[in-house]
Amino acid sequence: MGDFFEYLKSQWSFAQEHPALAFFLLVVGYGIVMIGFFSAFAGPVTWVERRVAGRMQCRIGPNRVGPHGFLQWLADGLKNFLKEDLIPNAADKILFRIAVYPVFAGVFLTFVVLPLGPWIVGADLSVGVVYLLAVTALVVTGIIMSGWASNSKWSLLGGIRSAAQMVSYEVAAGMALLTAIIPAGSLSFQDIIEHQGGWPWQWLVVYSPATFLAFFVYFTASLAEGNRTPFDLPEAESELVAGYNTEYSGMRFLFFAFAEWANLYVIGAVITAVFLGGWRIPGVDIATQTNNIWLQFAGAAIFLTKASVLVFVTIWLRWTLPRLRVDQLMLMCWKYFVPFGIGLVVLSLFWQVLAAAVPTWVTSAISVLLTLAGAALVAGMFWRAWYNIRAGKDAPVYTWLI
Amino acid sequence: MGSVSTYFENVKNAAVTIFEGMAVTLSWMFRRPITIQYPDRTPEPVKDTLPDRFRGILEVHIPACTACSACARACPIDVILVETQKHPSGKGRLLMRFDIDISKCMYCGLCTEACPTGCLRHTPVFEATGRDIHNLVVHFVDGPVVPYKHKKGRPVPASPPPGDIVQALLKPWDAEYVAWSPGEFVERDAGGGDGEKGAASPGKVEGGATGSGSG
Ligand code: SF4
Ligand code: SF4
Repeated sequence: MGDFFEYLKSQWSFAQEHPALAFFLLVVGYGIVMIGFFSAFAGPVTWVERRVAGRMQCRIGPNRVGPHGFLQWLADGLKNFLKEDLIPNAADKILFRIAVYPVFAGVFLTFVVLPLGPWIVGADLSVGVVYLLAVTALVVTGIIMSGWASNSKWSLLGGIRSAAQMVSYEVAAGMALLTAIIPAGSLSFQDIIEHQGGWPWQWLVVYSPATFLAFFVYFTASLAEGNRTPFDLPEAESELVAGYNTEYSGMRFLFFAFAEWANLYVIGAVITAVFLGGWRIPGVDIATQTNNIWLQFAGAAIFLTKASVLVFVTIWLRWTLPRLRVDQLMLMCWKYFVPFGIGLVVLSLFWQVLAAAVPTWVTSAISVLLTLAGAALVAGMFWRAWYNIRAGKDAPVYTWLI
Repeated sequence: MGSVSTYFENVKNAAVTIFEGMAVTLSWMFRRPITIQYPDRTPEPVKDTLPDRFRGILEVHIPACTACSACARACPIDVILVETQKHPSGKGRLLMRFDIDISKCMYCGLCTEACPTGCLRHTPVFEATGRDIHNLVVHFVDGPVVPYKHKKGRPVPASPPPGDIVQALLKPWDAEYVAWSPGEFVERDAGGGDGEKGAASPGKVEGGATGSGSG
């Protein structure tokens, strides 16, 4: 943002004369654009999720409102606007009302540090990763608040579960992020991205076996933090009605759902930035990309594409795996993810020492090998999917809709 | 097996099963959904896809009904109402009323098995609704009619295609409820031989064609 402002100053006399006002306008404008942009992202994602869910369950999903049901999210939003905002009699009215905001703010504050390009970022904080972990913890405050204030057993259980889950998985997520931060040597998202290259074998995910595994650990842990299936215990319909948002209706309910889907993007974006090369364009160095505004937008498009693929994987996982039990959830975290995370951090540290000692071609070769392993994983997935299609009776259809 | 190997076995199992599970769900992305988009986006009308012995809404072909009430007795939940009366001439009976409450019927088919002439039958019609539930009572008789009586050598009156009778009697969904009242009694040939003509407008006595009327 600062660099962009310097650029503006050189181009725009108003910014030279009133730098404070211009900067203020720029920041507010960026905030509005970002919130608008990600609202427009979270909405269609609900539609994508439901369509994907439909197809994976051999049904269709919403297909009536607009072309292929694309406007379903608008219809749902509108419907929620018109609903009555019910507050239960026994609820703690003030807490009940404000509980939505921490959840919403916790998700949207992360957009401050998530970069879309060298200049397209709210603030390039030097402690970006820590900031991210801190503000996402706000979400749990809101969820506990809503659970407590609803004065309902379901809500309270949902809220407590959410707290237990988020606090536990934050440890694993932090460890996994740390594994990737060690080679990058910075907590700022821009520095981490600049440390990587545009090509897949220059990404941090394949930098060492430690980061390769950390990618999976972080992905799973952030799913748990974002209350996504298979870790959506706080809103387990089968046992808790709807969990912490049972008593909510209308717009307040919508805000919870909205934050959840925006969080989907946050999960994808953090992984893209830290592990998958962020906004780097293959074959373009940073100076070129910084100086060309169109390349910046191209970088943003690349970033969003990678994030969208991860969002799709998240949705795909949701419709594949059943929900875990509470004890399994905790067991998985403390017996598997946390020890693994610690091991990965140690391995990553050793790798730094080792990489300094061996010639560069050795580490490059390992990166290429890990890239091939990742590619083999993706190819294997498609091969298995193809095998399953052939095992079915009917011919595959590649059209998205009927 | 040692606990360490169990531990890593668990990790391996988790990874492999998640991978395989995701392959299965992905493969379903490329298969045609089995959903039938009733009512407006079906490849052919749903009526044509029903099985032969589909048990839809009941209908009675009145010209062939003997007013024996076997169906009403067979029905376990009293859906069918058959009302008869002595014929004013003192000989035989009159069918005064034949109602089937399709909102109560559970489509079990017991009544059709009891019917001696086969004039009571299930049809492929299954779409009926009403703002007022009383509108779902189908009145098959408008006014008193002389029931059918079988005589040797005379065929049972031929019936229209299944569904036509009840479809014509079903009211539009938003129709106002009007209480049913019996129409005028019009004498009909006591033998019920007028069946073929009656088939054109089921449940109605065709006054002009049936000779002398008597109050
Ligand atoms: S189908 Fe069954 S429930 Fe319906 S009228 Fe006949 S006997 Fe009664
Ligand atoms: S419909 Fe059949 S069983 Fe019922 S009264 Fe008529 S003849 Fe008898």
